[in-house]
Amino acid sequence: MKTFLSSLRLMILMTLVLGLGYPLLVAGLGWAVFPAKAGGSLIQEQGQTRGSELIGQKFESERYFWGRPSGIDFNPQPSGGTNLGPINPNLKKQIQEREAKMKAAHGPGAVPGELLVASASGVDPEISPEGARYQIKRVAQARGVSEERVHQLVDQLSQGRQLGLLGEERINLLRLNSALDREFGKGSTP
Amino acid sequence: MTVFDWAQLILFLGLLVAATPLMGSFIAKVMAGEKHLLLRPLGFLERLSYRLGGVDAATSMTARQYVTSLMVFNLLGIAFVFALQLLQGLLPLNPQGLGAVSWHSALNTAVSFVTNTNWQGYAGETTMSYLTQMTALTVQNFLSAAVGIAVAVAVARGIAARSTGTIGNFWADLVRVTVYILLPCSVLYALFLIGQGVVQNFSAYVQVATLEGGSQLIPMGPAASQVSIKMLGTNGGGFFNANSAFPFENPTPLSNFIQMFSILLIPAALTYTYGTITRARRHGWVLFGVMMSLFVSMTLLSLWSEFTPNGVMGLTGMMEGKETRFGVFNSVLFSNVTTSASCGAINALHSSLSPLSGGIAMLNMMLGEIVFGGVGAGLYGMLLFVLLTVFIAGLMVGRTPEYLGKKVESREMTMVILAVLAPCACILAGTAISAVVEGGLSSLANTGPHGFSEILYAFTSAAANNGSAFAGLNANTPYYNLMLAVAMFIGRFAVIVPILLAAGSLAVKPPAPPSAGTFETDSAFFGGLLIAVILIVGALTFIPALSLGPIVEHMMMIRGQSL
Repeated sequence: MKTFLSSLRLMILMTLVLGLGYPLLVAGLGWAVFPAKAGGSLIQEQGQTRGSELIGQKFESERYFWGRPSGIDFNPQPSGGTNLGPINPNLKKQIQEREAKMKAAHGPGAVPGELLVASASGVDPEISPEGARYQIKRVAQARGVSEERVHQLVDQLSQGRQLGLLGEERINLLRLNSALDREFGKGSTP
Repeated sequence: MTVFDWAQLILFLGLLVAATPLMGSFIAKVMAGEKHLLLRPLGFLERLSYRLGGVDAATSMTARQYVTSLMVFNLLGIAFVFALQLLQGLLPLNPQGLGAVSWHSALNTAVSFVTNTNWQGYAGETTMSYLTQMTALTVQNFLSAAVGIAVAVAVARGIAARSTGTIGNFWADLVRVTVYILLPCSVLYALFLIGQGVVQNFSAYVQVATLEGGSQLIPMGPAASQVSIKMLGTNGGGFFNANSAFPFENPTPLSNFIQMFSILLIPAALTYTYGTITRARRHGWVLFGVMMSLFVSMTLLSLWSEFTPNGVMGLTGMMEGKETRFGVFNSVLFSNVTTSASCGAINALHSSLSPLSGGIAMLNMMLGEIVFGGVGAGLYGMLLFVLLTVFIAGLMVGRTPEYLGKKVESREMTMVILAVLAPCACILAGTAISAVVEGGLSSLANTGPHGFSEILYAFTSAAANNGSAFAGLNANTPYYNLMLAVAMFIGRFAVIVPILLAAGSLAVKPPAPPSAGTFETDSAFFGGLLIAVILIVGALTFIPALSLGPIVEHMMMIRGQSL
């Protein structure tokens, strides 16, 4: 009985310290030091929230760069991917369909691998710089601007490995596509 | 593999070696109640805990007393987590108005978080209120980790004891780990994670109008404070459903690198702590070396598999279920880190890894989560195999086996065998039953060998207290919630209780001075023998099951044969 009462009292104390005190302390420090990031790296435009820099959006228009396929249609409620196994026939069918679609839009060349398969989170905000360069011609034509100017934007916004070593080279699509709109105008969004 | 991949691997392993004695000696000091840096600033919290808990923290307990306190505390923890989930609809800090969790899911989650498994049949962002995440789940992230470390240290004390018969005080161990190690590390770590982009707020989910005019509902919450302890405590339960693949939980390559490092930090350091407590530093390093060699071998094998061309899809180094910022290398390294340590966080979907990479993730868990392993659990799990090795070596030369000066006799070996076999039995029996009953089969997402792997992975993950999944399997059903809850409970406590009792019985014995016939346990030869025992036990038990899943699938993949 004494053990039970001690357990109960310690559990209540730990719940207060670790379950309320600690998250509140971290939230306080977060707000003080990195307010924008603690709040979700949100992008505001004319008083409207247009998204989070870290959360990928669905891009299907000819005028934008396209991202990774998503197993949850970019709606993170909840987040996740397809969980299809490495020899699953449905995955094979999906890959073939996506490849056909990419080739119809960009010509017969080889398609960068990440554009053919779904991400883990369903909202991967990035693609490889190679995946972006592959789409430059189509985007430039759809917007009626020179490929060179689009190329410049891609180069500008591509990120190298972090600290020169970690992870992979990548480019954030929400940043890239917003930059397209800023540079070349929104036009009529389909 | 590029030059960058190799450089990251070497940096990762190097940091781990360097951090082990630093962290290891700090843990030893804290647990011995010696003077250290944080005693002054945080000592009040330790004293407050003893006073409010009404516990006598100064008296060393027998193994039986230690087990009783631990079990009562953990059963109460299960009740707490269970109740908070059922009541969350009535409680504050619930901006999305999420209702009560179903009883079977709540029970599964309660057992899962208290046993340091953090298997998740639910999806965080659509199931749990902020209050539940904080006061039920974050709290158990700390406490289950503290319990694991406490047990490892208590076992070490029992082995080192000079016929005192006691193994330390459970309350003191629990409070000291939490207050001086886990809590301060987590605060700094969480702040770093926020700096990389992990969210920490209490706002409602944000509705956005996307660039193309669509809408998207973005989940929020106090994630950073949970993610830091999820890693440090090898818990692994994601704040969000996609776990460390979700950008709000693991936004950058740097956050990813540190997350991998923080999973292995304490499990690796505990080998040094163990060497310190038992006054056998070299033996501690031998254990570290054994873990490291197994880890590196498994990781290289996984990488080789992942970069093998997939004949069915016509792609090599497939990115299905992986994130762009991590790429193939960091996804495979993470999968090995998380399954070696019984963490269970993921940054890529294990179900979509190449067949043998998925198989090695399973094998890492099947070996008993002893390749670094969970915090504490990895060390005491490894000690089971050490005792087994010493015993086998003793039988071969016809002497009573000794370990660090203590005679190992039938009572200890009975406990060791029980602790080795209980999780194995759960995995094989659970998988076999689920592969034939309707309740087991109706949850599958993939067919053929991969479907079998989904079941095998689930029971392996549960019994090994890992928590990762081949997540195509819909585990949020009464059948799986209950079956896996049982597996998690047995996988945790049918190991902890016997190993503590074995340590208690060793603690009573007087240490004998080493003689010419003593089998040395601080040599590379012993390390080799230990690896052999681990692999033989693991292989004999599980290769047949693995052949039906990942191995068949690998054969099909290289032949380009789909289903």
